[in-house]
Amino acid sequence: MLWTAATALLSHWRRRPLQLATLVLGLSLATALWSGVQAINAEARASYARASSVLDQKELTQLVPRRGDSIPQGTYTKLRRAGWNVSPVIEGDHRIGNTRVRLIGIDPLTMPAKAGGFETGDTSDLTAFMSQPGVLIVSQGTALKLKSHTRMQLQISPDMPDGAAFTDIGIAESVLKRRGELSRLLVAVEQRPDLPSLGTLAPEIALKEPGDRPDVAQLTDSFHLNLTAFGFLAFVVGLFIVYATVGLAFEQRRATFRTLRSLGLPLSSLTLLLVTELLVLAFVAGVVGVVIGYVVASLLLPDVAATLQGLYGASVPSSLSIRPSWWATGIAMAIAGTIVSSAESLWRVRSMPLLTAAQPRAWLRATTVGIRLQLAVGLLLLIMSGALATFGHGLMVGFAVLGCLLLGAALMLPGVLSACLAVLQKRSSRALVTWFWADTRQQLPGLSLALMALLLALAANVGVGTMVSSFRLTFIGWLDQRLAAELYVMARDESEASRLRAWLPARSTSVLPIWSVTGEVLGDRLEIFGAAADDPTYRDNWPLLSGTVDVWDRIAAGRGVLVNEQFWRRKGLGIGTGLVLPGGWEVPIVGVYSDYGNPKGQVIVGIDALAAHYPQVSKLRYGVRVPPADAAGLKERLTSEFGLPAENVIDQTTLKRQSRAVFDRTFVVTGALNAFTLGVAGFAMFSSLLTLSGIRLPQLAPVWAMGIRRRDLALLEVLRTLALWLATFIAAVPVGLALAWVLLSIVNVEAFGWRLPMRIFPMDWLILAIVALAAAIVSIFVPLRRLATIAPSDLLRVFANER
Amino acid sequence: MNVRRIVASLLTATLVLVLPKAAIPQGFAGLGSTADSFAIPHPGGRLAFPADHGPHPDFRIEWWYATANLQAEDGTVFGVQWTLFRSALAPRTDSGWLDPQIWMGHAAITTKDKHFVAERLARGGVGQAGVAAEPFFAWIDDWEMKGLPHSGADQLDKVSLHATGKDFSYTLELSANGPLVLQGDQGYSVKSAEGQASYYYSQPFYEVSGSVDIGGKTVRVRGKAWLDREWSSQPLAKDQTGWEWFSLHLNSGEKVMAFRLRDARGGYTSANWISPKGKPNPLPVGSLEITPVRIARVGNKDIPVAWRVQIPARGFDVTTRPLNDQAWMATTTPYWEGPVTFEGSAKGLGYLEMTGY
Repeated sequence: MLWTAATALLSHWRRRPLQLATLVLGLSLATALWSGVQAINAEARASYARASSVLDQKELTQLVPRRGDSIPQGTYTKLRRAGWNVSPVIEGDHRIGNTRVRLIGIDPLTMPAKAGGFETGDTSDLTAFMSQPGVLIVSQGTALKLKSHTRMQLQISPDMPDGAAFTDIGIAESVLKRRGELSRLLVAVEQRPDLPSLGTLAPEIALKEPGDRPDVAQLTDSFHLNLTAFGFLAFVVGLFIVYATVGLAFEQRRATFRTLRSLGLPLSSLTLLLVTELLVLAFVAGVVGVVIGYVVASLLLPDVAATLQGLYGASVPSSLSIRPSWWATGIAMAIAGTIVSSAESLWRVRSMPLLTAAQPRAWLRATTVGIRLQLAVGLLLLIMSGALATFGHGLMVGFAVLGCLLLGAALMLPGVLSACLAVLQKRSSRALVTWFWADTRQQLPGLSLALMALLLALAANVGVGTMVSSFRLTFIGWLDQRLAAELYVMARDESEASRLRAWLPARSTSVLPIWSVTGEVLGDRLEIFGAAADDPTYRDNWPLLSGTVDVWDRIAAGRGVLVNEQFWRRKGLGIGTGLVLPGGWEVPIVGVYSDYGNPKGQVIVGIDALAAHYPQVSKLRYGVRVPPADAAGLKERLTSEFGLPAENVIDQTTLKRQSRAVFDRTFVVTGALNAFTLGVAGFAMFSSLLTLSGIRLPQLAPVWAMGIRRRDLALLEVLRTLALWLATFIAAVPVGLALAWVLLSIVNVEAFGWRLPMRIFPMDWLILAIVALAAAIVSIFVPLRRLATIAPSDLLRVFANER
Repeated sequence: MNVRRIVASLLTATLVLVLPKAAIPQGFAGLGSTADSFAIPHPGGRLAFPADHGPHPDFRIEWWYATANLQAEDGTVFGVQWTLFRSALAPRTDSGWLDPQIWMGHAAITTKDKHFVAERLARGGVGQAGVAAEPFFAWIDDWEMKGLPHSGADQLDKVSLHATGKDFSYTLELSANGPLVLQGDQGYSVKSAEGQASYYYSQPFYEVSGSVDIGGKTVRVRGKAWLDREWSSQPLAKDQTGWEWFSLHLNSGEKVMAFRLRDARGGYTSANWISPKGKPNPLPVGSLEITPVRIARVGNKDIPVAWRVQIPARGFDVTTRPLNDQAWMATTTPYWEGPVTFEGSAKGLGYLEMTGY
């Protein structure tokens, strides 16, 4: 009996393969985007965790200097002699060839057992590791870049992140010129029980508890949250499809349910069969979804990796590893989504009176009741969104604002459309037009989910598009100001640099040193740049957000410091606040500058002050001002006459082009996710129209019987669809702009640390409108063909045997 | 996946140098009879004190090695070890992290049923570890062997000894009631038929008092201690795989130092019969015979923990018994080191070290 019932129920799908395909594909797409995004996030997070455990030994307590950026070697000895089991680290950035490497000098003799690390393939020799010229333990990629640029022996470790190298502390000390200055001390887990207290022993250093999460993971949190939000949006849009399809499939099978129940199938067995059917479908769709998700993620990951590298300096491999947990969550999401979106239909089957007839039309109309409620809830959400935007702070609030805004707008859409249609219906005088609007309005409940999905997708497109374009415009304007020098040159070593300093002045308008040191300011590791503040280049071009009147004079005199916007916002600094720079040097903040595309804080001091306080600063890089016409000539002479390699001289145009390329690559992912979401929404529309076209014959047959040709009916269908799309699109634009505002003014500030002016790009909307229109036409194509070629006898049959 | 692993691999590759006593020399490049640019011991090289209590950085390896047989007032017996090894990557010193002198400390307490071990590593040049000859001071981290004001002739006549581990610590005062004893030929101690040798002297006449602390419980102890000082650049001959080394306090007041280096040809033995007044009587090669009496399972190894030790020329025939079979030093280079008692033609106590198992 159970088997017979099952085959009877399943026969539905055999008769409606398109519906089955819609259900599975809808769920798969939803799962795909969700799990794709999760895969990317998981990969990135795993890579941060690995990098952090290797490089920062985050799982260990550490001792760090209270002021400045170094711990005297004597403090280490004092602690060891008092019984503290600590291990020294000297680290810093070091340039080898053209590659900047984070050099981490460790003492293999005292390194605590719990310190995250690496394995070596071959048995290495401590003698080589601890003696000149030393050994660098690096990743494969870094080894390739460093090869032939260093005398040090390169040893490849698969666990090393790119751009970092382990070496002996003695080697690091001499290479980084940090004689006797330790960066930090690692505290082993195993300590003697009666240790003398740190406060009395070494008051100059502070205990830093193990960080539970890597810095870069915190930095990139917002980015991953962004991705997750997108994935979730697509998932929700996909669930709309599932909800609509499952509901319809259940309603269409009411006759079957009734027959089966009449034949004696218990309700529990029927429910069991239906639940099993759904679970199997969900599982299949989940598996398909995860597979598609994997493909999506593999396609996107190189771009995501580029973005993370560009924005945060985070190194993520561009290949994906398959994690079982990710399969499980993907499939679980598909199943959970199916259960959520079909719970209502299942409930109705359980509570259905045994002998009621199938009423697909009535099923659709029942949802109308919800429209008013939806309107009210939607309005409430919009108000909440506004209130949050006004009074809330923080990234989570930003996303809550986004969520309320999108959901509220989507919920309100059917109500608003319905009201508009009612007005149009009243104002029309011709019978056919009145029917047209009335019929459209009547169809609205069936289409409302698809339209809501469409609204979400379009609004996301408009919003994110506006954000990216605003960002791009601001960024390019800023680049033009910031990259003022005509040529940027880099000497290979100090002696070449000093020759360059002598050679350049006679051949250029001015030479701007670009020197920097890395150090800790307010607990963050950041770069401290020097600026030749007397030069008009800075006064005329450097984009300042705010500052004192005499900002450049004070910088030039070494009596002030500039901070970048992200550092300023993150630390809540103000003009005039004193800042303690490494080495205990305290200067007031005199200005704030915008610094897009840089994840970290940065400060600028006068070049003379920099050289005075940090005599070890590497003096290799320079910006050269020349009349633009002479730039090419000087570039040529720098390579031919002076003897710099061509790659060490970059002209402004090339640099700007490279920066722009990085920027554009950054938002490839956003664009791709946008397109995917729109695709899913288009599919939702398609499936809804398909569903409707199957059950709309009773409405169309009388109109046809009154003399409207099938061709005209089809045309009216096209018009109707376009009208609904257009209305949704119009509604999407303000929602999208609101979204863009939230992204620019709330989310970006939290995520990246900079606020951007919003610009409007109507041309982009036009393109989106055209794409959306094309999608609309595609989505209506199948139902339309069915209608235009329907046999008159089918239409006639409506009068004969419907119900 | 941790640094310790690479460190461990680095250390075992190199620090065995430090512990030629524990080394299995095959397969380690440059460890044959040649000593690269390091100095090598010569017969007839006169030792001079206090200078020779200090380090000899031009030699590859060196140690300050103290073992003590102790007893609490309630009769409980303890063995205590304090060792500082020096191993040079190159025959020079340097200030700062690039100093090629590597220091390694081993400390242990052995009881009847427990064996506590601790290990410390450090490099010279930064003050974390080192040895000064006068006033005598040897240290690594918070472990110390320190010369105390004394009435005797030598810096080492009275020293304090201190070390801590995760669950133990000890503080002892060692007072010598006899002179320094030069081993071998005036301190030139031959280690193989091919002529590998070291400079080697001992202070076997320490009377000890102090306290040991195990798991927070402090016990007053008294007993005897023995200090070995040795340095060389030529660890072992190629076919030598390890050794058994005895330092024995006879109840008669005499002391016996005896070792056998194992090789394919029945081993290379050496022994010194020291009178109660401290007069050394080096015995000819082959005077010593040792035979395993009992094998014990220690970890996953079979170790002969009890030995018959015979020096027929002196009518000496005893059997040693360990206080604890499981006196295994689970350090970077592992070995067996623990207190023993002996009976037979003479009675007494001492220490046994076995390497290469």
